[in-house]
Amino acid sequence: MTEQVEGLIRKEYAAGFHTSIESDTLKPGLDEEVIRFISAKKEEPEWMLEWRLKAFRAWQEMEEPTWAHVHYPNIDFQALSYYSAPKSMADKPKSLDEVDPELLEMYAKLGIPLHEQEALAGVAVDAVIDSVSVVTTYRAKLEEAGVIFCPISEAVHRFPELVKKYLGTVVPQKDNFYAALNSAVFSDGSFVYIPKGTRCPMELSTYFRINEMNTGQFERTLIIADEGSYVSYLEGCTAPMRDENQLHAAVVELVALDDAQIKYSTVQNWYPGDKEGKGGIYNFVTKRGICHRNARISWTQVETGSAVTWKYPSCILKGDNSVGEFYSVALTNNFQQADTGTKMIHIGKNTRSTIVAKGISAGRSQSAYRGLVRINAGAEGARNYTQCDSLLIGDRCGAHTFPYIESKNSTAQIEHEATTSKVSDDQLFLCQQRGLDAEKAVSMIVNGFCREVFKELPMEFAVEAGKLLEVSLEGSVG
Amino acid sequence: MLEIRNLNARVEGADILRNLSLSIKPGEVHAIMGPNGSGKSTLGNVLTGRPGYEVTSGEVLFNGKDLLSQEIEERAREGLFLAFQYPVEIPGVTNMEFLKASVDARRKHLGLPDLSSFDFMKLARETSKRVSLDAAFLKRGVNEGFSGGEKKRNEIMQMMLLEPSLCILDETDSGLDIDALQVVAGGVNAMRDDKRSFIIVTHYQRLLDYIVPDHVHVLAGGRIVKSGGKELALELEAKGYSWLEDEVA
Repeated sequence: MTEQVEGLIRKEYAAGFHTSIESDTLKPGLDEEVIRFISAKKEEPEWMLEWRLKAFRAWQEMEEPTWAHVHYPNIDFQALSYYSAPKSMADKPKSLDEVDPELLEMYAKLGIPLHEQEALAGVAVDAVIDSVSVVTTYRAKLEEAGVIFCPISEAVHRFPELVKKYLGTVVPQKDNFYAALNSAVFSDGSFVYIPKGTRCPMELSTYFRINEMNTGQFERTLIIADEGSYVSYLEGCTAPMRDENQLHAAVVELVALDDAQIKYSTVQNWYPGDKEGKGGIYNFVTKRGICHRNARISWTQVETGSAVTWKYPSCILKGDNSVGEFYSVALTNNFQQADTGTKMIHIGKNTRSTIVAKGISAGRSQSAYRGLVRINAGAEGARNYTQCDSLLIGDRCGAHTFPYIESKNSTAQIEHEATTSKVSDDQLFLCQQRGLDAEKAVSMIVNGFCREVFKELPMEFAVEAGKLLEVSLEGSVG
Repeated sequence: MLEIRNLNARVEGADILRNLSLSIKPGEVHAIMGPNGSGKSTLGNVLTGRPGYEVTSGEVLFNGKDLLSQEIEERAREGLFLAFQYPVEIPGVTNMEFLKASVDARRKHLGLPDLSSFDFMKLARETSKRVSLDAAFLKRGVNEGFSGGEKKRNEIMQMMLLEPSLCILDETDSGLDIDALQVVAGGVNAMRDDKRSFIIVTHYQRLLDYIVPDHVHVLAGGRIVKSGGKELALELEAKGYSWLEDEVA
């Protein structure tokens, strides 16, 4: 069975093409000059530059964290380039018609034709290639509802008060090594503001893609849901195939004010490296949301990509009765490594959190769940439910669980369930005896294992996620 | 239909089947009986191609084609069906989804168009009723949390939906109460016709009160030591297996 399973895992990376667009790339290296350059390129106000420099100075004092259950060679931060923008962006397009056709074709290859999306899906896409937001669709319609959805570089100019008020309030500049780096050099990302009592009229979507060689991508996303508002945000990621490792260190901050709700869904398909473990994305991401009174934040993620993942989408449940949710599927194959999970910090009374984490390991990959549930002294009646399931395919992969539970309030209720299982020979044989081929069988078993998480995804994403798993597992049996 | 010639097979290095030969014609029901460890279950597993069962020599023709060179799923699509003694659970994969995929695979092989989801659901609901399983079972994970009897009835439901040409029932009667036994037997009898054949592997004669076989074979030490009509089963019931083993030794 092992050999049989081995075969199923092999499949060429479908999104692995490189688009030859002329780029405006800064030469490698990082110092204050680089940060001033980035800030100047974006014609940022002084306060933004100062904010970056403060982060940079903090970063210089910090050390790269090594506690995660992942291994990779030291990253030479001076060997990376910190700014890259497609050249044709110098005079920014005002509409889709003005966008470089080659860029649009690249999106089409990724399965996100903007034209079609406008017509069919009603999804507003803020597509980010390397550093500059290419085009933002549907903005007019959103503006009608009072919703702001634009590149964060633009928000700095148009909505400085909002940016100043919230940027870095959930993930401070000094939060951790990668967050500090991101704060110093972030290139672009999305900014969302949903006004009081507004239900965002459509799902917002951003597609990230790393194109340029040797560039780190440092997006910064800030989503603010004002009192009583609702927004669902979708994030998809891919990167072309490269022999070199590429760094991706993003920061996402969510602010859910009283009675607001934010649903944040990610399907991440960064290039995972080849079958021998060469190349692939280092994905070191800080995602965190804060919930005020009666607010709710749901993180749903399906992760099949990246060579190394280090990521813990978290919720600070500050307001009474607020709710945090984390639904995750992390699939690792070949030589991929993932250390991922969540933090639920209960501060307010009667706060509730749910964690459902599904890890699937195949090939020689290593997958770890790391989660923290902290109940502060004032969090009367707080409740957490954690379910953590691992599925192993073959016998050369590993699954690890590191749950941390800290409770300072005796009225809290905390439940933790964990299982580890294998795709068994018997399950595979039953499926094949009923006429299914081995690949179809494994894909069906894995999809069944992930069902609880998939049902949390928006419909069109759930379909994509299922397909992605199928593709990622192709060749792992046979 | 099925022609087994001098079949030898081993499991984990031990020879289990020794020069076993058996011929089954369309429409026949053959019962394979024998003491524990005689190789009864091995036969079904070898025929269906279960990993870990190694054929060392011999040949098997199924519908005139070499069976042993075919993949597990090809044999299944050709119409070979095994009702498991211990059906496994597949959590999160609904019975309906599983059955639809199985039936689609079989129909595709036969050159038939896929059933629409609507038609399939209708068919599945009707079939579940025939084995006294509530239609709610179709929405549950495959065998997930099913009782022993429910699992066995689920196997029979799969058999009815797939309409195989050769059905092997591997100790389907074990652990069943009399009601479930009658449901299983009723399912088999309803499917009997002049084309479809059955191999009923059982330790006890009890099931054969309900499914009357055309032939009874006694397996001991990996070979057929005695064959006869349905009356052989009764004789075994009365005398046990030891006299046959003595006879062989």
